[in-house]
Amino acid sequence: MEKTTKILLGHGSGGRLTHNFIQSTLLKKFDNPILSELADSAVIDYQEKIAFTTDSFVVSPLFFPGGDIGKLAVTGTINDLVMLGALPEYISLALIIEEGLEISILEKIIDSISSYAKAAAVKVVTGDTKVVEKLAADKLFINTSGIGRLLTSRKLSVKNISCQDKIIITGNIAEHGFSVLAKRKELDLKLNIKSDCASLNGLILPLLEKTTGIKFMRDPTRGGIATTLNEIAEASNLGIFIDEKNIPVSKKIKAVSELLGIDSLYVANEGKALLVVVPEEADKVIRLLRRHPLGKNAEIIGTVVKKPAGRVILRTVFNTERILDMLTSEPLPRIC
Amino acid sequence: MKYIDEFRNPKLVEKISAKIMDLNPGNNINIMEVCGTHTQNFCRFGLKELLPKNIRLISGPGCPVCVSSQGYIDSAIELAKDKDALIVTFGDMLRIPGTFSSLEKEKTKFGNIRVIYSPLDSVTIALANPDKKVIFLAVGFETTAPTIALSILAGQKERLKNLSFFSALKLIPPAMKYLLADKRLKIDGFLCPGHVSAIIGTKDYAFIPKKYKTACCVAGFEPVDILEGICIILEQISLNKPYVANQYTRIVTPGGNPRAKRAISRVFERTDSDWRGFGIIPDSGLKLKDTYSRFDTNRVFALRSNKVVIKPIKQCRCGDVLKGLILPSDCPLFAKACQPDNPVGPCMVTTEGSCNVYYKFRR
Repeated sequence: MEKTTKILLGHGSGGRLTHNFIQSTLLKKFDNPILSELADSAVIDYQEKIAFTTDSFVVSPLFFPGGDIGKLAVTGTINDLVMLGALPEYISLALIIEEGLEISILEKIIDSISSYAKAAAVKVVTGDTKVVEKLAADKLFINTSGIGRLLTSRKLSVKNISCQDKIIITGNIAEHGFSVLAKRKELDLKLNIKSDCASLNGLILPLLEKTTGIKFMRDPTRGGIATTLNEIAEASNLGIFIDEKNIPVSKKIKAVSELLGIDSLYVANEGKALLVVVPEEADKVIRLLRRHPLGKNAEIIGTVVKKPAGRVILRTVFNTERILDMLTSEPLPRIC
Repeated sequence: MKYIDEFRNPKLVEKISAKIMDLNPGNNINIMEVCGTHTQNFCRFGLKELLPKNIRLISGPGCPVCVSSQGYIDSAIELAKDKDALIVTFGDMLRIPGTFSSLEKEKTKFGNIRVIYSPLDSVTIALANPDKKVIFLAVGFETTAPTIALSILAGQKERLKNLSFFSALKLIPPAMKYLLADKRLKIDGFLCPGHVSAIIGTKDYAFIPKKYKTACCVAGFEPVDILEGICIILEQISLNKPYVANQYTRIVTPGGNPRAKRAISRVFERTDSDWRGFGIIPDSGLKLKDTYSRFDTNRVFALRSNKVVIKPIKQCRCGDVLKGLILPSDCPLFAKACQPDNPVGPCMVTTEGSCNVYYKFRR
């Protein structure tokens, strides 16, 4: 019998096929002493405070311009740690695979996970593989958890935020969400928008050493910057004033946003951060961010204000003002 | 971006709003914007602040999803209960409340409701699922009707026996006539819908100045378009010379789009239609002609819920909102029991529904 090119239920059975898959694919790609113990848990030495996060990835399609589900999983977990000022060190990798997935596709995704983990000096130290019957999952779901060492003793928290603080976005918005949306086959758009999917450790962590002015950070993923800004306003019980003309958006994204009738302020980013910075340090932070390729379009987009508490106000390009609300329902293309 | 940047030019916007200030007659002026995209962009760009306080824009019945009757949703749910049926619909329809439920809630039960982006997808889906009875929820105005007509013709060409269209298509001018005849409403001018007019042209609005002596202007959707439209309406009011003006000349011609109109008249004929909040408006809808009866869901399926008595949703004032009698914020449920995540009435559902727009931008 020929060697199978597809994932079979047996690959997740815990038997011979699983064992071979772990040995020949996973261990080869994620070679490190902690993982190669193949113990039930990874044992990690820590003296200091750590940050710990988890996230699941179910993106469809698995591959999109600028990334794939594997890159998304690694960078997403790295970014969640970086947002707390932690140096990402270890991640777990759990795969839920639909029976029948091409092994070559899975290998491509594993390669991608391995290369982005390596680039950020993160080790995959524990994992799990399950295979479910056809149609019980959509090709591949990934869960990753991550541990990072807190680099600074200053706690980054919404509680630190006060009036007059500046809001900074590290680059052009909405590129990930539109990249995936345009790739969906039902829309059949040949736009080739590149996702911004990227690890932010290189951009953000050095910044924390050069300035003490950063009070809080969050990566505006699902729901876009509008939703994250509202979360910040609500949690801090302060208002946020945003200047629309300062929000960096590429021409292509502007066009596709008009075409689909979807506001880019609500569209996901996967390689951007929103920073809340003390006013005196804002210009310096912008200068430092712009030196890095991932931060070259960084802009100050707003200011924290006392009122309206818990709300975000957008000043439009026409100098008029309106509420910028949280994302309420899934954005769908307009019908008329 | 061509066709966008020049119509969002802040300097031009400033110039036109200054002209509006000059033309302002001082007394209260009610201008109804009939299209949901006008409502949305008016609020999204904060244009209200650029108008004098006495010039009010009131939203009309221009969101096709909002005016779908409760009975229509009930029937759609009834159809979904057939295990061989596959309902295909625009996403916005899912969350519209019927009498007892919505398609979104039923979707979790039956799993046979699919969202599509173009009516033509219904043909592809019918071809791919020969064992399913595919039903397209055909809602929309004159804008959507041509592509639905083309889908029916494509279905005929493919000799499909498993595809039907559940038409609740509606026509805008009859609804405007209905509003003008309502004595409670004092409409001084209409901002006529840009997309609908691209299909029908401007001639169909002639009754507005002629019979009702009311100002009107077809306008595009960008800030410059909307403000220019308002400006033209104010000019007509100040000179007391109403006529059908066309600000949106880059898209709209007097005769409209003849190919689209031909497609509509080939497949559809006029019929009375049930508008949420309005009731039956004579000759305001489109149904499939007899020649296409095998694509007509009404004739393919015997619908039970048509006989069920429809209880209106308690306290919901979407009907009055759609008629421009009250502002969304005047409804007792607004932003309380009725919110975009849990809509009670249809106007809170889509991004073009007046209540949804008010909730998002103005609350």
